[in-house]
Amino acid sequence: MARTDTVDVAPGSLADPGVTRVRTVRTVGRGITRLAGIVPFTVYISLGLLIPMIAIAVGAFKNPNTGAFTFSNVDIATHGVYLTGIRQSVILSVLASVIPGIFGALIAYAIFTAKRASLLRQVVITASGVFANFGGVPLAFLFIASFGSSALVTGWLNDIGLNIYNDGFSLYTLSGVALVYMYFQVPLMVLVILPALEGLRPAWREAAENLGARTWQYWRYVGGPVLMPSFLGCVLLLFGSALSAYATAEALTAGTIPLTSIQIASFLNGNVIAGQENVGKALGLGMVIIIAIVMVFYVLLQRRAAKWLR
Amino acid sequence: MAPISALAVGRRKHGAGGGESAGRRRTSFPVWRWVILLIAGVYFLLPLYAALRFAGIHAFGTVFVQPGFWPALWLSARLAIITTAITLALMVPTAVYVHLRLPGLRRLLEGITILPIVIPPVVLIVGVLQVSPGALKASPWLLGLEYVILGMPFAYRAIDAGLRSLDLKTLTEASSSLGAGWLTTLWRVLLPNLRTALLSATVLIVALVFGEFTMASLDLFVTFPVWIVLFDQLNANMSVAASIFALVVVWLLLMLIVVVGTRQARRTGGGQVNLFTAARTDTKGN
Amino acid sequence: MATNAADAATNDSGVAGIAGAAPARAARAGTSVSLRNLTRVFGKTRALDGMSLEIAPGELVALLGPSGCGKTTALRIVAGFETADHGEVLIEGKDVSPVPAAKRDMGMVFQSYSLFPNMNALDNVGFGLRMRRASGTRRRQRAGELLEMVGLSAQAKQFPHQLSGGQQQRVALARALAIEPRVLLLDEPLSALDAKVRLQLREQIRNLQQRLGTTTLFVTHDQEEALSMADRVGVMKNGKLEQIAAPSELYAKPATAFVAEFVGTMNRLPGDLNGGGTVTVLGTAVPVQDGAPESGPVDVLVRPEGLTLAPAPNGNGIVSNRTFLGASTRVTVLISGDTEIQVDVASTAAAAMVPGTAVQVALPPTPVLVAPRNT
Repeated sequence: MARTDTVDVAPGSLADPGVTRVRTVRTVGRGITRLAGIVPFTVYISLGLLIPMIAIAVGAFKNPNTGAFTFSNVDIATHGVYLTGIRQSVILSVLASVIPGIFGALIAYAIFTAKRASLLRQVVITASGVFANFGGVPLAFLFIASFGSSALVTGWLNDIGLNIYNDGFSLYTLSGVALVYMYFQVPLMVLVILPALEGLRPAWREAAENLGARTWQYWRYVGGPVLMPSFLGCVLLLFGSALSAYATAEALTAGTIPLTSIQIASFLNGNVIAGQENVGKALGLGMVIIIAIVMVFYVLLQRRAAKWLR
Repeated sequence: MAPISALAVGRRKHGAGGGESAGRRRTSFPVWRWVILLIAGVYFLLPLYAALRFAGIHAFGTVFVQPGFWPALWLSARLAIITTAITLALMVPTAVYVHLRLPGLRRLLEGITILPIVIPPVVLIVGVLQVSPGALKASPWLLGLEYVILGMPFAYRAIDAGLRSLDLKTLTEASSSLGAGWLTTLWRVLLPNLRTALLSATVLIVALVFGEFTMASLDLFVTFPVWIVLFDQLNANMSVAASIFALVVVWLLLMLIVVVGTRQARRTGGGQVNLFTAARTDTKGN
Repeated sequence: MATNAADAATNDSGVAGIAGAAPARAARAGTSVSLRNLTRVFGKTRALDGMSLEIAPGELVALLGPSGCGKTTALRIVAGFETADHGEVLIEGKDVSPVPAAKRDMGMVFQSYSLFPNMNALDNVGFGLRMRRASGTRRRQRAGELLEMVGLSAQAKQFPHQLSGGQQQRVALARALAIEPRVLLLDEPLSALDAKVRLQLREQIRNLQQRLGTTTLFVTHDQEEALSMADRVGVMKNGKLEQIAAPSELYAKPATAFVAEFVGTMNRLPGDLNGGGTVTVLGTAVPVQDGAPESGPVDVLVRPEGLTLAPAPNGNGIVSNRTFLGASTRVTVLISGDTEIQVDVASTAAAAMVPGTAVQVALPPTPVLVAPRNT
């Protein structure tokens, strides 16, 4: 509601400060009641998300035995096997976000240009919704059954002379895990980039064509630049998702590759050196910080995208 | 005149052929799109096929009688119901409220609801287990409460897409000018128009609950996904069958929703049903 | 987004810019455009049904009609974004149907939001030249010229989301003209704009078009727009061209009842056909225009300004309403038999005719348009 009440008060008159004060209180009061509507949500988020996060942040700096403030957890978490874990996790996440990002964008574009009502489009979108949540042991198993050392596809490839295992491929290395991650990362990308694609107005395409642009020119000068912020933002989202994934990696590697998410879980399972019980929390905090930074960039990119894709 | 036009039509219909690389009609479906979709299809369906081959079709028949199958399924089902109920009751009014009264906070809300995608469940469960009261920890409902958080990104996107395709402001103003209170407007005017969005949010939550392993296992509750993993140690075939079963059921549910939703939307003149995205009503001119 | 007040405020500079700028580089000598027998069918609907149209070089032809009449389809076929099922489009006598849209050398202005959001106004206008491999300097120079022509030099570095609707459309126009197109195509370019801005842009577009001599096809559903801007107006209905004529002729001599009632206001008066080319209406016999039905119940179509009205105690009608329009007043009169008609009267005279006054409505003896009666 626009405030249209303006009171012309002679400067310096006695009425002046009084009016302003009342108006301020009223405005603030109105502002607070407006926020009342989102109280349930805020409460829920605080209880379910914020407080556990705070608990972790606090615990990361606590000595498990004495309860005193200490940096030792953080120190351990950023060295040795844990540092390797962080590094490996980041590499894996980059692999498992950029490649599915490109592939997912291509798929999204392929169906986006299909007619709205087409069966193909609906099938792909619903499949994406389902596969984006598929993971863990079942997924690991699917891939072991097809790409494992004595599995179906490996066998086929052997028949045509391509022995991938001899060439150094293994499902249980970083690249193998990345390959499996694509199974839920690609659908996630399709889902999150479709709204951006729908923001591309047909008028731009037609105007470009009318002015003489070929398809690649349209993408180079208009489509690409306009989509780029959204695309990058979605890739960042995928990065965060890959970094936090646990079940699939655990199922595939069973801890043979140091990955931060697996290491954190092992703390919960009690596989821990005495005195280091809170290192897991420090690791968790570190992970959340990395992701928070990523999310800041994501939000900035989305804001830029929104300016153009209104 | 006629022969010329026929020729011209013929040439047009054959699109890219004949040295008109720049003139490819956008109405025809270019080859490269089919290539992409084919590769995608192979990548996604091949492992399913391989797993099925490994497990054997007959595994599907016997999976239902394995010990622990039904209790685990029932637990997941109850969790799904509770999670859906809480999510919808929480997110729909909030989303509507923000859209109407606090549009400035929309971006913030979107940002917050994206968080659960990127906050590792494995980290979240650590924190949750630390702060929750003992009584709650002992019951599986703690999981339900946390699943609401996990499902928020998907549910919110679906609801938000549904809201954006309505003219929310006009509808609510019309409703209140005719004398309806806030709750009545929500129940009688908005919800019926949000049917598809609500349905897709529901199915997404169900998909999540039936696929979520990390938090459930670390919280030591045998939900359906956890059962699949535990059972895998005993009988790999069965667990594969079970997981594919879950996958297929959810997929069919979604397709069903889309079909029903489209038919309904067509009847009310709403046109196209779009999951997860807001349909743009741009037309190419009258 | 700047408000449309900005457009109103800059009108003077805009118009002055057009009138006072250095003589524009002459566009290529006008091109003739020919639409022959265009047919386009979508499922069960015939969007276009054998539509033919000849546009002379340098002419501005407006296609006018209700939504769904096929005018936009026809335009898009000329532009190359859609293909006709039958028929062809000829430019300077050559069939362009096999030529892809990108190579047709036509400039098009879309209904709204067609500016590329990631480029500023200058780059938008220069885009077509970039596609034609013009050098950077040449592009910027030409784009600058055109922005000046539309009065937006100051906005050259601004991005579309910083411009108002009217400014965006002016940039879109500049962009379409930058490539010196053979034909200019306008797809309801003013529909999305405020009324005041619309009026100003109408003038600017028409002035520019006349100065450059570009053959132009303009689609609109606003008859005022069509009548005020075009050399000829084509009224379309259900995929067919009902009539194409200069605005004055369209108004005074509508060829069909649809055209008569679509363009301007038209009264329908019940009449009786007499043999011998006259019809009795309002008690008098008046001659009939060509094309009237031979027999049967008919309605006579007369414009509000084609009737006379005077207070008369034993008149054939009673005033039921008056609408003040400025210099004239539209008086609604109830004729015996429950027919309501509208008559335009000078406001000074209308002042005396309060609702309820008995009046006499009469027709001058000029030939009238007659159509079969609506049941």
